[in-house]
Amino acid sequence: MTINTLAKGGWDREQMACFRKMEKVIVAMQDPDMGMKMRNQRLLITVIPHAMTGRDMIAWLIKKYSICEEEAVHLSGMLVRYGYIYPLKEPRSLVLRPDESPYRFQTPYFWTSTRWPASELDYAIYLAKKNIRKQGELMEYEKERYSLLHKRINHTWDFVVMQAREQLRASKQRRKADRIVLECQEQAYWLINRPPPGAHNVLDMGLERPNNFSARVTLVSDIITFIYIETCRRALGRNRVKSSICLEGFVKYSEQYQNHDPIMQGCLPSNPWISDDTAHWTMSSEIVPTPTRLRVERWSFSFMELLKDIMGMREFMLYLEKEFSAENLCFWQACEDIRHGESSRILEKVEDIYKNFLAPGAARWVNIDSKTMDKTLQGLRHPHRFVMDDAQMHIYFLMKKDSYPRYLKSDLYKNMLAKAIVPQETKKSVFPFMRRQRHSSPSPAQAVIQVTEEDGHAKGAGRAGTNSAAGSHV
Amino acid sequence: MACKGLQEGETVASLKKESESLKKKLDEERGKLSDIELNQVAEKVEVLGPLCIKTRRVLKGHGNKVLCMDWCKDKRRLVSSSQDGKVIVWDAFTLNKEHAVSLPCTWVLTCAYAPSGCAVACGGLDNKCSVFPLSLDKNENLSAKKKSVAMHTNYVSGCTFTSSDMQGCDKKANVWDMRSGQNVQSFETHESDINCVKYYPSGDAFASASDDATCRFYDLRADREVAIYQKDSIIFGASTVDFSLSGRLLFAGYNDYTINLWDTLKGTRVSVLFGHENRVSRVRVSPDGTALCSASWDNTLRIWS
Repeated sequence: MTINTLAKGGWDREQMACFRKMEKVIVAMQDPDMGMKMRNQRLLITVIPHAMTGRDMIAWLIKKYSICEEEAVHLSGMLVRYGYIYPLKEPRSLVLRPDESPYRFQTPYFWTSTRWPASELDYAIYLAKKNIRKQGELMEYEKERYSLLHKRINHTWDFVVMQAREQLRASKQRRKADRIVLECQEQAYWLINRPPPGAHNVLDMGLERPNNFSARVTLVSDIITFIYIETCRRALGRNRVKSSICLEGFVKYSEQYQNHDPIMQGCLPSNPWISDDTAHWTMSSEIVPTPTRLRVERWSFSFMELLKDIMGMREFMLYLEKEFSAENLCFWQACEDIRHGESSRILEKVEDIYKNFLAPGAARWVNIDSKTMDKTLQGLRHPHRFVMDDAQMHIYFLMKKDSYPRYLKSDLYKNMLAKAIVPQETKKSVFPFMRRQRHSSPSPAQAVIQVTEEDGHAKGAGRAGTNSAAGSHV
Repeated sequence: MACKGLQEGETVASLKKESESLKKKLDEERGKLSDIELNQVAEKVEVLGPLCIKTRRVLKGHGNKVLCMDWCKDKRRLVSSSQDGKVIVWDAFTLNKEHAVSLPCTWVLTCAYAPSGCAVACGGLDNKCSVFPLSLDKNENLSAKKKSVAMHTNYVSGCTFTSSDMQGCDKKANVWDMRSGQNVQSFETHESDINCVKYYPSGDAFASASDDATCRFYDLRADREVAIYQKDSIIFGASTVDFSLSGRLLFAGYNDYTINLWDTLKGTRVSVLFGHENRVSRVRVSPDGTALCSASWDNTLRIWS
């Protein structure tokens, strides 16, 4: 066989690993003891030995892997798509039919993995053979490819034709059954490695991944080892938590949020994607007159949940105002604004924060411990996005440990919970075929445009005012 | 990144030896605190009942493989990018295409929706990450308004609006501290390249999808792998993962065109979703957890619920 010189990259590794796994399944299917029962299949007037039906394959896979029928159909479908099994009836359609249609195992000689990628030379020889056999009656796309190859590898064309003739001669000396089988096998191989235009290309691997085995191997591996050693050293110094505690955490978390997980428990009144009714979204929008019960309950799961929800944060702010400690939340919000806001405004925002919250005698002075305050003030000399992190963290924990638990016990929260709505579940429509009209919603982008327009109007009005004033002065 | 030269007496071989012995020590330390396995802890949890998840929408419109998608905060809009060089913003609920931008390159490998809902970012073979404001003026040429945000030396394979703290790199999954730029934690238990990583909703763990046909679950506090999601009948690599809202379900898209649902805690497979006709390149749960969107090389996106 011809040697191919194409470089092997990242996707090569991926694909070969897949091939090997499929091949294991194929080998297991052919195991004399535990494999499938084969039989002779009649194809027109010829009898093809060692064949099986789609149904046999599915049954074997179900038993071997304890899977359902749908999955077995899918898996055997993949084996056919990748050419490990080919159909005897309609051999150009590499599809698994879950019935009595006969199939056969591809010979390892023609496994895609055996000589991958398929070479142009081999394809030329195949087309040449077909051309001779069918006396020029190739399919359109085959004719095109044949002439393209003829141009591209013209220098070895004599070799191609010679090989084609030789292989045809050899095949004439075989028994008819064997000849048919070989033709089927070869055809299946090329259907996969050179699919007809428009056909599904199973070997499409997408974009080549950057190969790590570059020319600068030695240099790169030194650096990688250094970094790895540093990482390991740091990791050894890490505080680890006992598994029992961590894992228990996941169980608790999932239990707590289970009722809030629409895919698992459904959502009230109904899942919009299923019922086409957007009531659920309307009731859960950012700002509503009355929030849902689930939403208010979530505020009690963690401090972060409360702060993430704009209504929750508003309620908490109201509570803090009553306690005269609202400056803490305001400070926290201002720090968040720096962390997530535009780089160009960081300096200005940091100065504002200092003026309002940190400077001695500031209007809304926040109570930070002296160590953190010193560190923050130092950092203010060279302000950056994360300069307020320590102070923000301190205030966050202050609120979390103190104000937050008290809020949850407060009347304010309890009332919120009491008047929260529990939507009625919409019973499945009596007429399942009646589809509700799916209403559009305003795009978030539109909301911004409206605001800017309003600003524009206000500005315009202001200007008009001054003009008239200026006008009257004149 | 600081690069020291080889110190006196160090050779590449001695470095390798040191790194190997450190790795062994690290594994030992990790082992000391692993007093129980996840599926043991999960024994007391109720088994999940059968879930009826079906395709509820099919978004057709891309001319080639859909490579990436991201949900908008409004829970119904999403942006998708494709090998055909287009980035499309859809209202998935009504199936309306609201915006379409053509990029000068093919293979737009990644796209993201801004939290404000007013812009999308994308990148790919043009080595750039570009941001487009979403204008509602139908006549406006969005491409003219694009702003280039970053230039890379190779193709851009991922971008999101909130900084991504994680990276799957070969068989290693690394956790980085954005501020110090340091690699804080590293996990290497996959047998093949990792294609995707995603945080568990509480932030204390993450899941990874790999070419070795498994997905794995790593606990950041215990500093180790705590679950492997695999099955003999799953032969093809996993390309993408995401958690349901509670984290109990793990959705994984595979190269055999299916999506498998795993019970994160028990480690068992709950269900398989069939429907796509080519590889699943990306799965993402909607922000309120009401649906899953999957993007595929069959040129479509599907919404499952």
